[in-house]
Amino acid sequence: MDLGPGPVSIQLNVNNQAQSINCEPCLTLLQVLREKLGLTGAKQVCDRATCGACTVLVNGKRVYSCSILAIDAQDAKIETVESLAPDGTLDALQQAFVAADASQCGYCTPGFIMSATAFLADNPSPTKEDIRKGMCGNLCRCGTYAGIEEALLSMSKTPKTSAMATEGRKRG
Amino acid sequence: MNPFVYLSPADQDSAVALLENQWGNTEILAGGTDLIALMKDDIVTPSRVLNIKKIAALNTLAVDQKAGLQVGCLVRLDEIARDAGVLQSYPALARAIADAASPQIRNMATIGGNLCQRPRCWYFRNGYGLLAIDSSGKSLVLQGDNRYHAILGNSGPAYFVSPSTIAPVLVALGATVTITGPKNSRTIALESFFRAPSSEQEREHDLEPNELLTSVHVPPPDGSATAYYEVRQKHGFDWPVATATVALSTIAKKVTAASIVLGHVAPTPWRSREAENLLTGQTLDESIAASASEAALKPAKSLGQNGYKIQVAKVALKRAILQAAGFDVPPSHPALA
Amino acid sequence: MADYSWPIAGSRTTIGTDVTRIDTPLKVTGRAAYTTDVQAPGMLYAVTVGCPYAHAKIISIDTSAAEKVPGCKAVTVIQKPGTEIFWAGDDVVAVAAVDELSAQLAAKAVKVQYSELPHLVLDASPHPPDGFAQPMKPEVQGDPDGAFAKAAAVVQATYSMPVITHCCLEPHGSVVAWRSGALDVHISTQSVSGIVTQMSKALGVPASKIRVRAEFEGGGFGAKLAADRWGLAAAQLSKLAGGLPVRLIVNRRTEQETGGCRPSAYGTIKLSADAKGNLTGWESETWGTGGVTGGADFPVPYLFNVPNQRKQHTTIINNIGSARSMRAPRQPQACLLTMCALEDLAAKLGMDPLDLVLANIALTGPRAKIYQEEFSVAAKAMDWTKRWHPRGKGSAGPIRQGLGLSFHTWAGTAHPAACSLTINSDGSVAVSAGTQDIGTGTRTVMAIIAAETFGLQVGDIEIQVGDSSLSSSAGSGGSGTVGGMGSATRRAAVDALQALFAKIAPALHADPSKLKAAGGKVTDGQSTVTWKQACAAIGALPITARGVNPGAGALNDSGVGGVQMADVSVDVETGVVSINRLVAVQDCGLIINRKATLSQCYGALIMGVGYALFEEKIMDQNLGRMLNPNVEFYRLCGIGDIGTLEVHLMSGKGYDERGIVGCGEPPVISPGAAISNAVANAIGVRVPSLPLTPDRVLAALGVPS
Repeated sequence: MDLGPGPVSIQLNVNNQAQSINCEPCLTLLQVLREKLGLTGAKQVCDRATCGACTVLVNGKRVYSCSILAIDAQDAKIETVESLAPDGTLDALQQAFVAADASQCGYCTPGFIMSATAFLADNPSPTKEDIRKGMCGNLCRCGTYAGIEEALLSMSKTPKTSAMATEGRKRG
Repeated sequence: MNPFVYLSPADQDSAVALLENQWGNTEILAGGTDLIALMKDDIVTPSRVLNIKKIAALNTLAVDQKAGLQVGCLVRLDEIARDAGVLQSYPALARAIADAASPQIRNMATIGGNLCQRPRCWYFRNGYGLLAIDSSGKSLVLQGDNRYHAILGNSGPAYFVSPSTIAPVLVALGATVTITGPKNSRTIALESFFRAPSSEQEREHDLEPNELLTSVHVPPPDGSATAYYEVRQKHGFDWPVATATVALSTIAKKVTAASIVLGHVAPTPWRSREAENLLTGQTLDESIAASASEAALKPAKSLGQNGYKIQVAKVALKRAILQAAGFDVPPSHPALA
Repeated sequence: MADYSWPIAGSRTTIGTDVTRIDTPLKVTGRAAYTTDVQAPGMLYAVTVGCPYAHAKIISIDTSAAEKVPGCKAVTVIQKPGTEIFWAGDDVVAVAAVDELSAQLAAKAVKVQYSELPHLVLDASPHPPDGFAQPMKPEVQGDPDGAFAKAAAVVQATYSMPVITHCCLEPHGSVVAWRSGALDVHISTQSVSGIVTQMSKALGVPASKIRVRAEFEGGGFGAKLAADRWGLAAAQLSKLAGGLPVRLIVNRRTEQETGGCRPSAYGTIKLSADAKGNLTGWESETWGTGGVTGGADFPVPYLFNVPNQRKQHTTIINNIGSARSMRAPRQPQACLLTMCALEDLAAKLGMDPLDLVLANIALTGPRAKIYQEEFSVAAKAMDWTKRWHPRGKGSAGPIRQGLGLSFHTWAGTAHPAACSLTINSDGSVAVSAGTQDIGTGTRTVMAIIAAETFGLQVGDIEIQVGDSSLSSSAGSGGSGTVGGMGSATRRAAVDALQALFAKIAPALHADPSKLKAAGGKVTDGQSTVTWKQACAAIGALPITARGVNPGAGALNDSGVGGVQMADVSVDVETGVVSINRLVAVQDCGLIINRKATLSQCYGALIMGVGYALFEEKIMDQNLGRMLNPNVEFYRLCGIGDIGTLEVHLMSGKGYDERGIVGCGEPPVISPGAAISNAVANAIGVRVPSLPLTPDRVLAALGVPS
């Protein structure tokens, strides 16, 4: 079926809520989250799948919402930063960011939080090198990486000295 | 981005039927990491976008001892890199994919899209055309800033480098791709899939406008030792300066067959028969590896600002050869030392 | 006269401790509302049309097709036909429509004809074609030729750093509603109070009818001190659209091409010393560009008043986007050129550069002793004496390690600032000001100082900033905000506390001058009440006090310095440089929030790694345009590129008594020089230009380009 170029009705599942939106097929998920749903946590910075400020989870995986069409995100479970502290109580990762002063201007922060959420789900006990490799998809201009690294290391479920099995190969 | 009509066929035949005989009006959308940026920058301005992600048959991955790796064009990079069979049988491939771009990109990008992604040449991306010719017919690349452009296969008119970091690895492993058109399917070597365009009406590969790259096939591992070595400026998420992939078969430490492919040095993945021939029959040591990398880069030439890439490519290749032969080599980025 | 002085060491409970920022929870939840996040009912979306040429005259503008695009509500011509354009991307027309897509389509329908004029976007030559250079008069001090003739060692080389961009993650932009003769402005700015005057002058709206807000700002670094064409165009579009709010946020390309850049610096430097290493002569021919707006001069020789000098500077006036102040303007440039020459001289003399610097430290003037102390701390942290090796004499093999150093100074003078402080009868305390928190922690600093003064917790203080209807305060530039707002807050708090004491003293049968507030209580040593109980006596009208920072004085000071050392590894076969470790030692007078001060230093080091290794605004002379107006080939430092960072803050006796001195900028001055020097130490040759990319490193090692 041909859809568009004008507005069409699409259904999204965002933060466990069904949303029906009228939009052109050319709109990105980021545009729809921000402009149609008022979820402005995800930011538009590079708008070209490089900086990570627009990171959200789609079916639990971190993705750049600037480079996904909203119409393509139907049938998926979309989670934005707004889903993490619905009643205002910060989750453990958010608390770790606050404690480690892992934010300055804060514009990149929601993207980092979502990226780190997925990263930790996959690797609950990261080493420093895991963090440096696994968080390379997000950029910060104020230079808060030291705090971000500290926040993620503080989330590690095992002692920080334990190298992951993959470590040797990466260094080889 | 210009508005477009969005089509989402449920099967391969319907998808192919929707394609057109000329480039430009219809674009295929898979992971979207490249196409959406191209549309935002008006580099491509399709009036129809064909989403192929509903075609479940294109989203399969199988590793078989006898048949090798068969992967549909829609399989995401992250899934390939994590697949136990790929990790076991194709470690260099798994490593190259796991190191490609960023985690977010790997969650979105598909293998088919990775092979069909457009060049990162900044003249192309800023809207000056794939071949970047000015109004007097001269190359903007040759007159301008070519620090990241091709050092091999760069006699023109294409000077960009082939952007995929995975394609050279697949070429070295002898991969083939299956391409489906309106009448039939054809399977060709990935090596011959890529080509340097000679006009703005061509693309960087062998696809016809009405064809779809449907799957990639890698032969079963033949016991050869493989290595992938990439040099880039940043520790993570950066385009390489040069990459080298090496697959070596040896008997009693003597090389019986070699496959050597350089990346980010030419408009296509660059296979070096010179280096392959030089290595064959030899017992590997540092001096043979150095000779082979010299031979591979002998045809290279600077466009004015990219001569350093010749050196970097030589080093990448030498280190990849030595790594495949079991020698210790410096890490691909000094921060990993 | 009230005593506003800072509590003395030992009696401070909050000032100088590690305080968690009060606004980070809003940032980690995505609830912090930046200008880009403002959504007003009926809001229109604006898009600008930029000139594609670096230098051109506008011949004609046809907006008729744009006006007919469905959803287009307003079109304004920013620069009229006949106007000369001096850089590519400069805005000519802006359109507003009901949504972003319609605005983009309308912008594409605008037709502008230009007549191209000759342009220059490069800056590598100090002698460009006529009209593109402004040579300044040579300056001479002493007898440089005599000094060179008698010197034991003379070095001469050319060093440079390119134009870089601020690359704020939140692009420039605003949401403006112009209705009933009044302007309601949300704008991403470092100067909330200052924008009022600018817009009033430019648009003829009385300043009293203009309200400017910036609750949060996604990075400025000096690039967001003006209303800009964008803010004014948003206002015009709103007026044309009958007062509907108009959002105009520039895209990344525009931000990178025109949103601000730091001038380049080039210099051919000749430096000499006698056999003991005493600096004797300096000669420099320097140049640089900041586009058509100038600002590309810098103070060399940096820090060292070399006895004999001859110097001449040329400003290249070319057609890149115009320069804007960027984090310690002019300093990183001067620092790189000077510290590289100094390290090269040390290598020629066969000296450890640390010894050479210390031998000449008296030439730096009154801060010499502080630098010495800081070098001592840095050298210990880096284990410099043990680990330093002569240039190029480190380990063999492809990966070479090296150390380098640099140091810097910055005024950090407190800027004019005012705040209003209220103590309510329920005990709640609010401080408000028309300042802004650009990510440096202004809110938290104000809360710390009020809490300290009242003996309360930081969380007890309500802070409101980012609104021009509050007490006017200067823009956040020059690292002056903590000094300005900190001093204003202290004065307001002390005055309010005295007013509180005066009110409650009768009820407590106490002498108001004996009362003290500490630990959540108010006491004269005999009777004690809780803060809340005390405030209950305030009565119907709350206590309000206005605090004004009167300028430099007892609560703040000017002039800080810092020393940095870098440890790098270089792959001499591929030319790739990586950071192992950076040590920064920084003084900044009385530290208010230690945690946030450390963050500023870490952030500056990381920004320093970025401009040392990666950042460059790459221009194409044929096209007159930036080739990397993105964050893909305009590389920003990533989390894997920073090595290990170590920051030491100088505090305690001799530092605290000075009061507040700003610290946001100074630590970004030295990283370029320290890293470049470390690379030279590692590989045995100087890489003369930043950024230290593989092509440049390999060229220095003799690999042909």
